[in-house]
Amino acid sequence: MTSLRDSRDGTKPAGDPPRGRHPRPSTHQHAPPAAAPEGRSPGRRPGASRLERRLGNSPLGLVLTAPYTAYVLVVFIIPFGVGVWMAFHDYFFTAPGVSVPHPFVGFDNFTEVLGEERTRRAFANLGLFMAINIPLTVVLALTLASALNAATHWRGFFRVAYYVPYVTASVATLAVWLFLFNGSGAVNNVLGPWAPDPSWLANKHLVMPLIAVYVTWKQLGFYILLYLAALQNVPKELHEAAVTDGAGRWQAFRAVTLPAVRPVTSLVILLSIITAGQIFTEPFLLTGGGPSGASLTPALLVYQRGIEQGEPDAAAAIGLILVTGVLIIATVARRVMERD
Amino acid sequence: MARIPRITRILRYAALGLGAIAALLPFYYMLIGALQKKRDTSLGGLLPKPGNLTLDNLAGIDDSFSLLGALANSLIMTVGVVVCTLVFGLLAGYALAILRFRGRGLVFALVLLVQAIPFQLLMIPLYVMVVRYFGLADSYAGMILPFAINSVAVLIFRQYFLQIPREIFDAARMDGASELRILRSVAVPLVRPAILTAMLVTFIGPWNEFLWPFLVTKDQGMQPLAVSLANYSQANSTFQANPMGAVLAGACVLAVPAVVLFLLFQRHFTSANLGSAIKG
Repeated sequence: MTSLRDSRDGTKPAGDPPRGRHPRPSTHQHAPPAAAPEGRSPGRRPGASRLERRLGNSPLGLVLTAPYTAYVLVVFIIPFGVGVWMAFHDYFFTAPGVSVPHPFVGFDNFTEVLGEERTRRAFANLGLFMAINIPLTVVLALTLASALNAATHWRGFFRVAYYVPYVTASVATLAVWLFLFNGSGAVNNVLGPWAPDPSWLANKHLVMPLIAVYVTWKQLGFYILLYLAALQNVPKELHEAAVTDGAGRWQAFRAVTLPAVRPVTSLVILLSIITAGQIFTEPFLLTGGGPSGASLTPALLVYQRGIEQGEPDAAAAIGLILVTGVLIIATVARRVMERD
Repeated sequence: MARIPRITRILRYAALGLGAIAALLPFYYMLIGALQKKRDTSLGGLLPKPGNLTLDNLAGIDDSFSLLGALANSLIMTVGVVVCTLVFGLLAGYALAILRFRGRGLVFALVLLVQAIPFQLLMIPLYVMVVRYFGLADSYAGMILPFAINSVAVLIFRQYFLQIPREIFDAARMDGASELRILRSVAVPLVRPAILTAMLVTFIGPWNEFLWPFLVTKDQGMQPLAVSLANYSQANSTFQANPMGAVLAGACVLAVPAVVLFLLFQRHFTSANLGSAIKG
């Protein structure tokens, strides 16, 4: 039992309903029969059990959730803390077992990375990516979901077709895009004399928009499903009433459908912003960040600085800037979407 | 609905059709490109020509890295994640839904919180911890650890356990069953549909994952297929008769298991439970 208590030290008494604290005579750690649902606990016997008062009337719950809690601590909470710590300290890789001081350096890592052209470039690229990806995602997902909602035939086929890119590995779909859009690829072959020069992936004006379109294509099926679920809850009568009152189809769509799916639009924008912040595999496999940094993203830069160049402190600072930026954009987007 | 003009209906199906073509054409190109003996990027090359079809590309990619070995690594990593999620996720989901204990609210808050923590921030510290301090580079444990318990699956389990009528548990307790016995013999059999959904949701993430296994595996013999294939397509494989065909053949092998699982069980893929489960 001590090990149990150790592992739970410092946890709040949240989720412990008052009813669960009725004392029982037993000090057995195993779940007592009294672990009955709220309101009709048969275990209201006299006599105090400190253990039960401290741990709730089914301390077994602590044992059962212990692996998950340990997992979250090791994989999320501790690395999150270490990441923030690294960003404010002079941290570098050493041979295993060697202990060196890592002095506190304040915001030095931040001023260092922000002073570099590559970092500013990566964040500017991310801005361009969002400016293309987010409107495109919302418009296409809503259009296809509306069409799908109104369609009577082949609904299952379309639903599955849109969803397939979403469940396929990026590495596999990127291989196709690489060969569709490289210099002698199928797209240029079809375009013939109209093919862009330099070609798509080597063109610093086209490479980021191309990646934005790829990510839109890959994620669209998931967002269509979100919209479809919301559209199915919009009463048809509302739409028909608007049309009867003389509104055009477009006016009816704007007056009835758009407001009804607004919460989903808000969610789609939020998820798109979060996805955008994580763009790594696409530029890494398609271009490696080139040509001359035109497809560099902050997440790719974190990898390059932290792993390739061995500066985890600078990488952690970029990561923290990225997360803060994404949070701010997400908050602003939410405010804009949810005001009347 | 008869008042809908014909032109609207035609436009609607045109949009849906265009969307489906855009979604599926790259997959067709993946398949046909993988089967071509010689690379043909012309429009006509999209049609299968009997003389230009071959399965040599699969053998070609197998010359560069062991296709079966990479598949086995992908499978071990994915199965490891699925098994950990099922065992520990079921325990956690059951406890969160049924048992009252101190800290329950906190654990539930964690389940929601971890989905909001972005991986970019964790990437470097996690790499330092797993590779430098735990010494888990080039090991299955190192690959599995960050994905070990899928939080979305925990939420799904909790939701299903909450739907079981309380009386069932009360009756079992009256009969003297221990809490673990109730979990094994009463609760788990009742949430079988949740187990299937959670397995599907959990499978696709690690199977498709590239970044993390790429970071922690340097030994080619340990790399899952997504990593081997990416490395292969990055390297200049000029000695291959049709390097593009070989990469696309590998892409097919990587894509097929996830797509087939999705097609077989697509009813279980609903927007509600896919939230942040799939990435990569």
